[in-house]
Amino acid sequence: MKLITAIIRENKLDQVREALIEAKITRITVSRVSGHGQQLREEIYRGAKVVPNLIPKVRIDIAVNQEFVDITVNTIIKAARSNAKGDVGDGKIFITPLEECIRIRTGERGGKAI
Amino acid sequence: MKGLLKRSALAGGILLFFAAGSAFAADSTPIDTGVTAWMLTSTALVLLMIPGLAMFYGGLVRTKNVLGTMMHSFVAMGIMAVLWVVVGYSMGFGSSVLGGWFGWNNDYFLLKGIDETITSAGVPEYVFSMFQGKFAIITPALIAGAFAERVSFRGYVVFIVLWGLFVYNPLCHWVWSADGFLFNMGAMGAIDFAGGTVVHIASGVSGLVAALYLGSRRGHPKTAVAPSNLVMTMIGAGLLWVGWFGFNAGSSVSSGLLTAQALTATQVAAAAGAITWIVVEAIQHGKSTALGFASGILAGLVAVTPAAGVVQPAGALALGIAAALICYGAIIIKNRLGYDDSLDAFGIHGVGGIVGSLLLVFFIRKSWMSTAAEAAGGSWTLWQQLGVQAAAVGIAIAYAAVLTLIIIFVVNKTVGFRSSTEAEMQGLDHTYHGEQGYGMLNPR
Repeated sequence: MKLITAIIRENKLDQVREALIEAKITRITVSRVSGHGQQLREEIYRGAKVVPNLIPKVRIDIAVNQEFVDITVNTIIKAARSNAKGDVGDGKIFITPLEECIRIRTGERGGKAI
Repeated sequence: MKGLLKRSALAGGILLFFAAGSAFAADSTPIDTGVTAWMLTSTALVLLMIPGLAMFYGGLVRTKNVLGTMMHSFVAMGIMAVLWVVVGYSMGFGSSVLGGWFGWNNDYFLLKGIDETITSAGVPEYVFSMFQGKFAIITPALIAGAFAERVSFRGYVVFIVLWGLFVYNPLCHWVWSADGFLFNMGAMGAIDFAGGTVVHIASGVSGLVAALYLGSRRGHPKTAVAPSNLVMTMIGAGLLWVGWFGFNAGSSVSSGLLTAQALTATQVAAAAGAITWIVVEAIQHGKSTALGFASGILAGLVAVTPAAGVVQPAGALALGIAAALICYGAIIIKNRLGYDDSLDAFGIHGVGGIVGSLLLVFFIRKSWMSTAAEAAGGSWTLWQQLGVQAAAVGIAIAYAAVLTLIIIFVVNKTVGFRSSTEAEMQGLDHTYHGEQGYGMLNPR
């Protein structure tokens, strides 16, 4: 079991979410986060260009069984890229080993609880 | 003139007031400070409704569209106010031209001829013009609820310019100008005290046409569209209720008995509508929602808008209840039919306006009917008045629907109205404004 954490652009959330649903990955958690990457994003604030310290992003957490890791990752990459080549600021994906997964309703553990 | 003024006091002010106003153009009528003070207050109150509407609508859309949706109201405050000063007041309240299609008066171009004009009501004409201008702002802003979350900003801007010029101004002229044909229909004209046909039916029907022409939002109705911030919606509904006192009681263009009658009817109808809505919800779903209360307020207020000058509190109560029941039903039917009038511009404003404009005849106070009978030369029945009302409603629906269809077609083919799929997914805020409304709130 793996925990896939993706940090993506806010305005790509719908694309990624819908692509995941199409790939039958329907159990996800979404949160708003902000942080630093390589991206320097200029915003217009009362006519002046400014670079905010923290850039808002969307974080998606998905727990998957081993056989779903590739399809999940590929789907996210495809949907979250700004264009064919990708741009600085498109985000990152982290994959971490997942020790246990428990469904609260039934108490089931492991792969079948995902 | 006295006859005119008397009729204005009874029939519901703005119309006749204006007739009197232009006749007195360069006259030295003394300023009535009481009336002027109330009209200044009313003007500010009606303006307050527009940020109120922005909050009401803004809270109902998703987080990614909140600024774009609020801008639909705010940009109307800019555009319609400028248009009103340049040509709107003239088209609405000038003398009929082009067979009465709209009005024109060179003196009203940029309001240059009314610098020192005091109307017969004792109000500087600037105040009357600015008061009326607020109605021209809120009407196109109301339409935006029907096509929320899926139109380009540029397309919307062009749309409201054309809609204001070719739908609002002519309707305003027909119903409220002294030589407008609906104003003079029947014994004492079609009753539209503060904008049941001009504002609510026109915007609601136009919204319906726009929603049908532009199509539904992506995923509608399968994807749930959760309101981003109902708290803001409730504050907006509260501001609308408060502002409506200017809208209705201000439309008496006086500060006296008629003002008091309109104000009372307004309060009663809003409260009755709100309570009715949540009672129906409680019966149907077991819970009364905050949004339901807000919707009921609006349904009641919309229905009493044409009627505020002619009904007594019992009539206002009945109109509020009827409007809430019928609008509630209209929204259920909308959901069955599946078209996407996103924030129920037609379901509340169109339907509520029609309900108020027609049903008001059953609650007209006796003194109005007897004055009407006198004017008609003997007798005037409520059925005859119902005929006049139905004609006015029918004309407003037909005119608004046809013109809106033409305008949307033209706008969509030229600058583009409907958002692209990608723009819609990213949201109006990012796509058209490069901003985001909610800092760190969770996305919905």
